[in-house]
Amino acid sequence: MWKWLHPYAKTEEAYKLSQTLLPWFGISALIALVAGFAWGLLFAPADYQQGDSFRIIYIHVPSALMSMGAYSAMAIAAFIGLVWQIRPAFMTMIAIAPVGAVVTFVALFTGAAWGKPMWGTWWVWDARLTSELILLFLYLGVIALYKSFDDKQQAGKAAGVMAIVGVVNLPIIHFSVEWWNTLHQGATISKFAKPSIATEMLWPLLISLFGMAMYIGYVTLLRLQNEIIRREAHRPWVIALMREDKE
Amino acid sequence: MSLLSGHHLSCSKRDRLLFDDISLAVEPSDVLYIRGPNGAGKTSLIRILVGLSTPDTGSVTYRDNCIRSHYDVFHHHLVYFGHKLGLNTHFSPLENLRHWCKQHQISVRDDHIVSVLDELGLVGLETLPVSSLSAGQQRRVALARLWLKNHADMWVLDEPFTALDVQGIALLKARLVEHTAKGGGVIMTSHQDLALSIPVRELALEYRI
Amino acid sequence: MTHPLISLFQRDLALAYKQRAELLQPIMFFLLVITLFPLGIGPGPETLQKVGPGVIWVAALLSSLLGMDRLFREDFQDGSLEQLMLSGASLSWVVLVKVAAHWLSTTLPLLILSPILALFLNLTEAMYVSLIATLLLGTPILSLIGAIAVALTVGLQRGGVLLSLLLLPIFIPLLIFATSAVDAAALSLPYNGQLGIIAALFLLALALSPAATAFALRVSQN
Repeated sequence: MWKWLHPYAKTEEAYKLSQTLLPWFGISALIALVAGFAWGLLFAPADYQQGDSFRIIYIHVPSALMSMGAYSAMAIAAFIGLVWQIRPAFMTMIAIAPVGAVVTFVALFTGAAWGKPMWGTWWVWDARLTSELILLFLYLGVIALYKSFDDKQQAGKAAGVMAIVGVVNLPIIHFSVEWWNTLHQGATISKFAKPSIATEMLWPLLISLFGMAMYIGYVTLLRLQNEIIRREAHRPWVIALMREDKE
Repeated sequence: MSLLSGHHLSCSKRDRLLFDDISLAVEPSDVLYIRGPNGAGKTSLIRILVGLSTPDTGSVTYRDNCIRSHYDVFHHHLVYFGHKLGLNTHFSPLENLRHWCKQHQISVRDDHIVSVLDELGLVGLETLPVSSLSAGQQRRVALARLWLKNHADMWVLDEPFTALDVQGIALLKARLVEHTAKGGGVIMTSHQDLALSIPVRELALEYRI
Repeated sequence: MTHPLISLFQRDLALAYKQRAELLQPIMFFLLVITLFPLGIGPGPETLQKVGPGVIWVAALLSSLLGMDRLFREDFQDGSLEQLMLSGASLSWVVLVKVAAHWLSTTLPLLILSPILALFLNLTEAMYVSLIATLLLGTPILSLIGAIAVALTVGLQRGGVLLSLLLLPIFIPLLIFATSAVDAAALSLPYNGQLGIIAALFLLALALSPAATAFALRVSQN
């Protein structure tokens, strides 16, 4: 259904679309992150057990959730690209990958930093942290595969297949790690086990979550634009665009 | 009805457009000769025509059926000769061709394969490992497929004359004439000038930036 | 006339037999890695029994990665794969046949060796039986999933390390379930559940991998 569109017009369209979306994502990310973090870090009540150290939750939980979300988004982009042969979809996929990897790293780092006062050690083979670590490896695998190809069209397809294989495996990995964790460390109490969270803590969390999602979208769009410009630098429309910018 | 035709094919590699909106058709007894400088996309076009790679746009049909949905019929009637010879160097020419024939559902006896190899000037080399053969001899082994797959009416050959000696070139040309006389079609690329006794059509690709 | 796929199977096995010296290398590696562990962590029978299943499985994962490239690389480089793709046979079936031949020629010898390793690592009989069961069910998953990654990297000059990067994270669930089955066997507990999950993973891989591998091979041919 997309075949009638000229492939190069399509990247141009994708560029224009991201240009339109960019300010919306940027502004909502800025507002939500400032509001969510300020509320969470400064005004929300301290946890009665963990004191102020729990406040890292406002970074840790959004990044942990979004690391999975970004991976799914990447796989969906790859799927769209593979099924309908859309070049900008692969570009979107590879634009998300490093962002997702960094978010995963943030989740790991904040998890470890939270673990230090809680467990007295930086690293515990907690189910959540282990899953995040494996997720980071999956991201790095996709990026490494993409980087190994000279032909970026082929690279996009190959990395796309890998992203989809990864997303099929993600639930299996998650389940197996949870199960392994209960098997080996039944005594450790997971810090995430408490499902109840006070409303005055929940709201800033949700706002930070939204802000994180918008921020990821913002950075992805920027990277997508860069990718398009880099790949199509010699196309007439890019040259015209650059000339416009200079004037 | 044309044997093999490409409709509005375009292909880009490494974000460079190799060719755009190319249409071609090969009728029975037709030889289509694709010319062009290095990097013009001859091999890419050939690989699209046999179905090894997919074009960015356009389609390829064999006897008016799209090769993507009827690949088994098409491949049943195709011999493809590419840059890579498709010979395992651990196997002997005889073993290589025997396996190839079985995979392509051609029932031939070993003595027939041996006689084809002998005809191609490979007497006494039939059971040596392919790795011990010279480049020209290896290409002759790979070209033996043109003698073995008799029910193929479409040949797609990527630079078949490279590394062949005078005698090898003569053998191949004779076989080409024989094939077209039976109503077969040929698409090929070559750097040499073709001096065939039969009419040849040309398709020129240009190098694009 | 034999069926094309059967003749492909015979061809791959014949080729493996011609290259049997090369096939021995991953097996030697497997033996060596396992020999290193008692030397590294001490020869106490109880310690070895505790880490044994994990060690054998990790070693099996690593050595299967060493031989994985053989699955398509040679055929890709010499063009046999192109001819195979143009033979009229369904590529998914071709993949399945090649994976089966590869598993038989590379992984089965490993399974046959494992009684010696059970002695080295002081495994009990119950543990040994469960280990063989998990290896029998689990190693085909390695070959099936590995085929996708090999097909993706086959066109690259150096695919070796990249292959491990892509595959090891995906093999983690299998490692977890397999070693826990052996652990359960060590405590004389039932391990049907773990075996069931491994069997389910095997079926999932069997259903999805051939098509995915076929697609990946087409991408690599582009």
